[in-house]
Amino acid sequence: MNKPTHIEAGGCRDAPVLKERGQREVFCGLTGIIWLHRKMQDAFFLVVGSRTCAHLLQSAAGVMIFAEPRFGTAIMEEKDLAGLADAHEELDREVAKLLARRPDIKQLFLVGSCPSEVIKIDLSRAAERLTQIHAPHVRVLNYSGSGIETTFTQGEDACLESMVPILPTTEERELLLVGALPDVVEDQAVSLLEALGIGPVRVLPAGRADATPAVGPNTQVALLQPFLGETASALQRRGASIIEAPFPFGEEGTTAWLRAIADIFDVDAETFERVTAAPRARARKAIAAATEHLAGKSIFFFPDSQLEIPLARFLTRECGMEAIEVGAPYIHKGLVGPDMDLLQAGTISEGQDVDLQLDRCRAARPDLTVCGLGLANPLEAEGLATKWAIELVFTPVHFYEQAGDLAGLFARPLRRKAVLQVAS
Amino acid sequence: MKLTVWTYEGPPHVGAMRVATGMKGLHYVLHAPQGDTYADLLFTMIERRNHRPPVTYTTFQARDLGSDTAHLFKEACREAYERFKPEAIIVGASCTAELIQDDPGGLAETMGLPIPVIPLELPSYQRKENFGADETFFQIVRHLAKPCQKTAQVSCNILGPTALGFRHRDDIEELTTILSDLGVSVNVVAPMGSSPSEIARLGAAHFNVMLYPETSEAACRWLKREFDQPYTTTIPIGVGATQDFIQEVISFTGRLAEVDQDRLRLPWWSRSVDSTYLTGKRVFLFGDATHVKASARIARDEMGFEVVGLGCYNREYARDIRALAKEFGVEPLITDDYLEVESAIEALQPEMILGTQMERHIGKRLGIPCAVISAPVHVQDFPARYSPQVGWEGANVIFDTWIHPLVMGLEEHLLHMFRDDFEFHDEAGASHHGTSGRVATGPSGGASPPEPPRDISEHGKEGHVIWLAAAEKELKKIPFFVRGKARKNTETFASERGVTEISVDTLYEAKAHYAR
Repeated sequence: MNKPTHIEAGGCRDAPVLKERGQREVFCGLTGIIWLHRKMQDAFFLVVGSRTCAHLLQSAAGVMIFAEPRFGTAIMEEKDLAGLADAHEELDREVAKLLARRPDIKQLFLVGSCPSEVIKIDLSRAAERLTQIHAPHVRVLNYSGSGIETTFTQGEDACLESMVPILPTTEERELLLVGALPDVVEDQAVSLLEALGIGPVRVLPAGRADATPAVGPNTQVALLQPFLGETASALQRRGASIIEAPFPFGEEGTTAWLRAIADIFDVDAETFERVTAAPRARARKAIAAATEHLAGKSIFFFPDSQLEIPLARFLTRECGMEAIEVGAPYIHKGLVGPDMDLLQAGTISEGQDVDLQLDRCRAARPDLTVCGLGLANPLEAEGLATKWAIELVFTPVHFYEQAGDLAGLFARPLRRKAVLQVAS
Repeated sequence: MKLTVWTYEGPPHVGAMRVATGMKGLHYVLHAPQGDTYADLLFTMIERRNHRPPVTYTTFQARDLGSDTAHLFKEACREAYERFKPEAIIVGASCTAELIQDDPGGLAETMGLPIPVIPLELPSYQRKENFGADETFFQIVRHLAKPCQKTAQVSCNILGPTALGFRHRDDIEELTTILSDLGVSVNVVAPMGSSPSEIARLGAAHFNVMLYPETSEAACRWLKREFDQPYTTTIPIGVGATQDFIQEVISFTGRLAEVDQDRLRLPWWSRSVDSTYLTGKRVFLFGDATHVKASARIARDEMGFEVVGLGCYNREYARDIRALAKEFGVEPLITDDYLEVESAIEALQPEMILGTQMERHIGKRLGIPCAVISAPVHVQDFPARYSPQVGWEGANVIFDTWIHPLVMGLEEHLLHMFRDDFEFHDEAGASHHGTSGRVATGPSGGASPPEPPRDISEHGKEGHVIWLAAAEKELKKIPFFVRGKARKNTETFASERGVTEISVDTLYEAKAHYAR
């Protein structure tokens, strides 16, 4: 399959979408800090928020991670709400204390939260002011991870978007990969692309501030994650072109993603075949092992990370599953359109009214339900096997070498349900 | 503003959730933005609950702020009533909703729901989780409890257990057994396990057991005032405290009773010779005030430890903890900043920490063993087995839990005996200390050339103290689990006397000086 994947009849790009609003059982964008701070090793994320924000971060972080974290919360108190001028002074003081204690910090993100947005603390003004105070040693940026504006992975989108305006300008024809992936996966992607003769390959976000990529009219952008719509638009405004492709999950997704890039960079079919043949075969073999437990089984996605559509495409096409409902918090057809073209699903839903969706799930009794941590045990107690969605953003699942692991993540709850001989 | 990395307590609406989730037939309508639903996972994951917490979040978004969030609240309230048909609802705001001032209580009252609607005022920018739980339970009791005839048989209510509480599940069972031995039946356990209609008949009990003051003191005071129900103030954690609690109950019931202590093993386990090594172990205590108070007494009187420092994170009980610290002759530490707790522990160099999950991690970093005595909870604090803290079995559980992280008596001697053995190298640590250990590379070569004196002090602030090579070598012969303390004592001893170089003699003079 060396040609770009052609659009097949039966895709769901133009199918009606069930749009719901009501109670949403999702994280807010602050949660992205949990993986972003591990990726950007000289960055600190300072949430300007409430005790709830601090509590969320420590609860979402796998209940508690006690490595010296590069994130914290400036908890607003009564007096900060009374006068905004004072709040800015307080913030300056806390930032000065923090940077004095952590001289290794080169990038500081002021992260807006629900309360800071509601009382309208202007963090962009604060970031400008603090950049002037702490230049050239520290660059201060701001974005909002608030729940009133962002859902879970949109926090990463907002963070990367905030970095776009300060990227240096280049006229070079370069490939820019966008999305914070574990190093092991990122390295695999870069080496595959380099083997195809594509380069130089840059990555946003870079591991360190001094490796920040440049952008310009000849930059070709390939997104690594389906939730980076605002970042993509910001890069387009800097002149970059976005390469449309299915996302690199599974053998088929990875091949289609590489193929789309290879076409832009004029890689010939023979080279493409030579570079991808072996890893494609490995991926297919690894997927086949897990597929034994997945084929013919039904799956139901609650909205969580915006990975739902590409993952449903992988599970239905490569693992033989049947998608009853694919719920996503937000559907950006400009990004997931190519995946939707390949996907057949009973229902595509956007947004959430959790009680109504639970009613649909219980009625459908899927073999596997992908949902957040708040719903998983209650559904298991009702006899439904579940897969925690959050693991899909914490675990290396992209590209050929992880395709088997990705299928395995979905197979494990089914295997477990099959082996356990104790009734609950 | 205060920079916070880890917190001991969540916001007050999480306290309200702990009350609501513990109860049955009660629903909580929480005016809150998208994302606050994270709190559900505390209950479904940490406590492994098999039901969603009974909470409806209004989930407002930025675009709703300009228009009508009040309407959104009423809609959510109505739908929650229709779907869950609760006996009563509590309504309130999370931190963000507090700022938009929609007044959920007022809105809900205008809806004319055919069930009691209890408004909550929980100031998110001033107070924390325990206050939220205490205030919520108090409001529920105040709105629902009705005067009623006392039960014919002597009975009590057990007040305070909530969802996500530290061993609350098993404490209820243990306490119920002891009360039954005393001829007292349990009228209602609340909030955990109770419904609004059961709250209505709290007044039928002859007295109340205040099991956890953090979550039930306001309710206990109100019930005393309104229904003339006295309440117990001794928390039956530990042998002595359980015996005192029994006396307190007898003073209410007026009838003597023989309580079966057959199951109690702590006293003999503590007196038996294997426990000799526990004598004078220097321990530091930190947690919620109730568990710290109880643990301090157990540590000193029932385990034979020396309490070298104590504190709590909930300021509401600062006065009690200051009084306790005075009794024990130590400095109280009242803070919710875990960095302050860490530096206090570092300075005191205790041989063991009795703390929370936070202190467990501090202990890991400093190489000091730690047993967990208090919330905030972790999935490990919800064991499958029966594992109470109160009563006789609670005392047994505490004995086992506290000695588990310690190097055992005989093991301590063996470490000393084999301190030069390369496989039993002290830097390898005890096997169950895991992270702090390092693998020794091989036997250290015989006579190494004399090294120049150097500053190995970690706390070099008190003047510059230099360790001579021989003294440093001698220091290494001291078992690792007391070496930090020995180093600190010797340096303090030296600097107090204006000694700038520590020799072997200084080391032993200091040892004699601090000998207990």
